[in-house]
Amino acid sequence: MPRTGVFLCHCGSNIAGTVNIDQTIEASRNFPGVVHVDEYRYLCSEMGQDIIKKAIEDNNLDRVVVGTCSPRMHENTFRKAAAEAGLNPYLLEVANIREHCSWVHKDMEEGTPKAIALLRAAAAKVALNEALEAPKLEVEKRALVIGGGIAGIQAALDIAEAGYPVDIVEREPSIGGRMAQLEKTFPTLDCSACILTPKMVEAAQHPNINLITYAEVEEVNGFVGQFDVKIKQKARYVDPVKCTGCGICWEKCPAKAPSEFEMGLAKRKSIYVPFAQAVPMVPVIDKETCLYFRKGRCQICEKECPPQAIDYEQQDEIIERRYGAIVVATGFDQMDPSIYGEYGYGQHPDILTGLEFERLFNASGPTGGKVVRLSDGKPPKKVVFIQCVGSRDKARGMNYCSKICCMFTAKQAILLKEKLPDAKSYVFYIDVRTAGKGYEEFQRRAAEEYDVAYLRGQVGKIFPEGDHLVVHGVDSLSGKVVDIKADMVVLSAASIARADAPELGRKIGINTDSYNFFNEAHPKLKPVETHTAGIFIAGACQTPKDIPDTVAQASAAAVKAVGLLSKEMLQGEACTAEVDEAECSGCLHCVAVCPYTAIDAKEIEERYGDGTLKRTVAEVNPALCQGCGSCSAICRSGSINQKGFSNEQILAEVDAICLQR
Amino acid sequence: MSTAVNETSAGKEPLIVSFCCNWCSYAGGDLAGTSRMSYPANVKVIRVPCSGRINPMFILRAFQRGADGVLVAGCHPGDCHYSTGNYHGRRRLSAFKRLVEFAGFEPERFEVRWISSSEGDKFAEEMTAMTNKIKALGPNRKMRDARWQKIT
Ligand SMILES: Cc1cc2nc3c(=O)[nH]c(=O)nc-3n(C[C@H](O)[C@H](O)[C@H](O)COP(=O)(O)OP(=O)(O)OC[C@H]3O[C@@H](n4cnc5c(N)ncnc54)[C@H](O)[C@@H]3O)c2cc1C
Repeated sequence: MPRTGVFLCHCGSNIAGTVNIDQTIEASRNFPGVVHVDEYRYLCSEMGQDIIKKAIEDNNLDRVVVGTCSPRMHENTFRKAAAEAGLNPYLLEVANIREHCSWVHKDMEEGTPKAIALLRAAAAKVALNEALEAPKLEVEKRALVIGGGIAGIQAALDIAEAGYPVDIVEREPSIGGRMAQLEKTFPTLDCSACILTPKMVEAAQHPNINLITYAEVEEVNGFVGQFDVKIKQKARYVDPVKCTGCGICWEKCPAKAPSEFEMGLAKRKSIYVPFAQAVPMVPVIDKETCLYFRKGRCQICEKECPPQAIDYEQQDEIIERRYGAIVVATGFDQMDPSIYGEYGYGQHPDILTGLEFERLFNASGPTGGKVVRLSDGKPPKKVVFIQCVGSRDKARGMNYCSKICCMFTAKQAILLKEKLPDAKSYVFYIDVRTAGKGYEEFQRRAAEEYDVAYLRGQVGKIFPEGDHLVVHGVDSLSGKVVDIKADMVVLSAASIARADAPELGRKIGINTDSYNFFNEAHPKLKPVETHTAGIFIAGACQTPKDIPDTVAQASAAAVKAVGLLSKEMLQGEACTAEVDEAECSGCLHCVAVCPYTAIDAKEIEERYGDGTLKRTVAEVNPALCQGCGSCSAICRSGSINQKGFSNEQILAEVDAICLQR
Repeated sequence: MSTAVNETSAGKEPLIVSFCCNWCSYAGGDLAGTSRMSYPANVKVIRVPCSGRINPMFILRAFQRGADGVLVAGCHPGDCHYSTGNYHGRRRLSAFKRLVEFAGFEPERFEVRWISSSEGDKFAEEMTAMTNKIKALGPNRKMRDARWQKIT
């Protein structure tokens, strides 16, 4: 028989107001196993805790029930107190008689019997509690950042500055992300490369940062503090140690392919760096288009390379490394607007997306910085911008607002006027949304000082007519149909999640929302955490955002990662699952429902008659198990059971509650 | 042991056992408390880590022991603290509900609800609605094991 003590808190009048303390105490005396009862005004106070500690010692209590506020509030407080009195902290249970009883019921007639029922259940459960030990977990003092856009770069710099080593895994041959593709940035119009390039270089040169570009995360195992990650380093066919980035190879290379960086608007060579300020300045060979790889002859790059850095024999490599924390910063894509047939995207060279149009301003872009029509090379006189192409469109696109388009459209319209003072911009919009410091002022300037015409309304059709594109829309404020003979049309295509985000999410064990953006742990209070401890998110992979918000979130994620890395030890979950090997039939249904891959098959040998028998059973890794109990619910034979919430404990609570008296 | 009588089965107040996941619904219950939203004392909550922890055996046991209604509450689909637990729970419990019906028991006595930690109002509403529904249905006579009352 256990020796249980029951302690009741008045919580001033919070509990005592609707629960009759005397009656409850008297009833508690009669619960099976209870040898001691007491009550106090505020059990959580130091005095209150001392009462519990002293009672444990004086009465040799080996189980404790406290009837107090919610266990989510003070379970830890009381468990610590019990531990100080020499009791294993998991031998204490909390009956929630405040939030779940005294505060929600009107009088003692209702409150008292319910409090008694809840205490009886807790006493029945605690009788079956066992002493548990939370595993202590070591923390690998190194962080992984996935994605080397501005979010990843900022997070890595902050972590590195705090003194921890950090690896950035970037899929492309260079870090920089979308920001590297931008010309100038709202709301101040500073040149994107001028503010980004120094950060890229700083990251590359930081002694604590290791860039792993042209690489992808293959597999993530483990858990907070100890993530075991497999990274696939794709073969560059260029030795990064020997390469000096002189550029002779890509100058001489005879083969061409559409440039990903230029959104296909220009060509690059088969051996290439994606853009002039690439970091690292080490090219890669694109095997698909390289003449040597396709036809076995050419090798011009190899012949021309002064330091002989070309290595056609290079193979993909797997890097295996352990990290304590992971920051995911894989950014966003633009929606392909060709699903909107009425806009004719993809059918006419002068209908572009916002990102494509952005490239036309850039001196190293497809037109050398001249804003011209791609059809005939002439500067446009009239440019029509169409907002919300795929955003705020429940029927065909995304429900959400992409948040950045109103601002980058105002920016591009300003830049256009500065380049081509004769050009006139028109913006079709649903609403102009420019919340942010200096944003409204910026958009106003576009409208007032740069002669940008804002037309509230939607465009029904765009069609070519002679040299022009006729934009047929409605100005809903005047109620008039407008036809604009435009030279170019720019579509603000929705910002969307990266296509591989759900797959990456599954690999690393974080989930995505209905739009495939990564989910934060709490929409207000945990914006950079995920539901998986030790994995954080930053930037546009969480939802569309501009650079200021991205950078702020990246620094926040870095602080969370650093907070984790600075710990000597982490406390694991004590209420893990446990297998009774003698009973386990080896069906392994538990393996399928475990969200943490914490269960594996194990071969055991058993004596059978005179010989031995080999048999498969389930085995739980307590360091990986987070205590959800899914395995214990699915197990037919009841041979896998969760400590702290065992079948027997829960059934004991059910029985006790149904005694309703 | 004491000679407890289940009042419900004796025709008085019904008993509703509610299994609530620690992360969402139990916290929603806490919020109902903090916000002083009242609901009937007929409801008694058992805390479990996740709705995916619920073995149908727990529910059957509650009905056997004389509970008149059982309400399982967990995080909204997609919000599970353990990422997939509530999906497993949802599948298992909806199959279980059909089985209960097939076995000739009133399936309305058993419900699953998704209540987040910010939905204190929803917690109170669901608990009230469940209690009212069970009151209308009357006591659980079909599955209650009368011997249990005698034993205890
Ligand atoms: C047309 C246009 C104009 C804009 N103008 C402005 C402006 O003027 N001012 C402003 O503040 N904002 C502007 N923005 C928004 C700005 O681009 C974003 O805020 C910013 O790029 C977000 O940074 P990020 O690092 O989160 O994502 P990204 O820039 O998308 O970077 C993500 C990085 O992760 C890499 N990656 C993706 N998947 C993987 C993977 N699986 N493994 C490894 N690496 C991966 C990508 O290759 C990329 O390098 C504009 C956006 C557009 C489309």
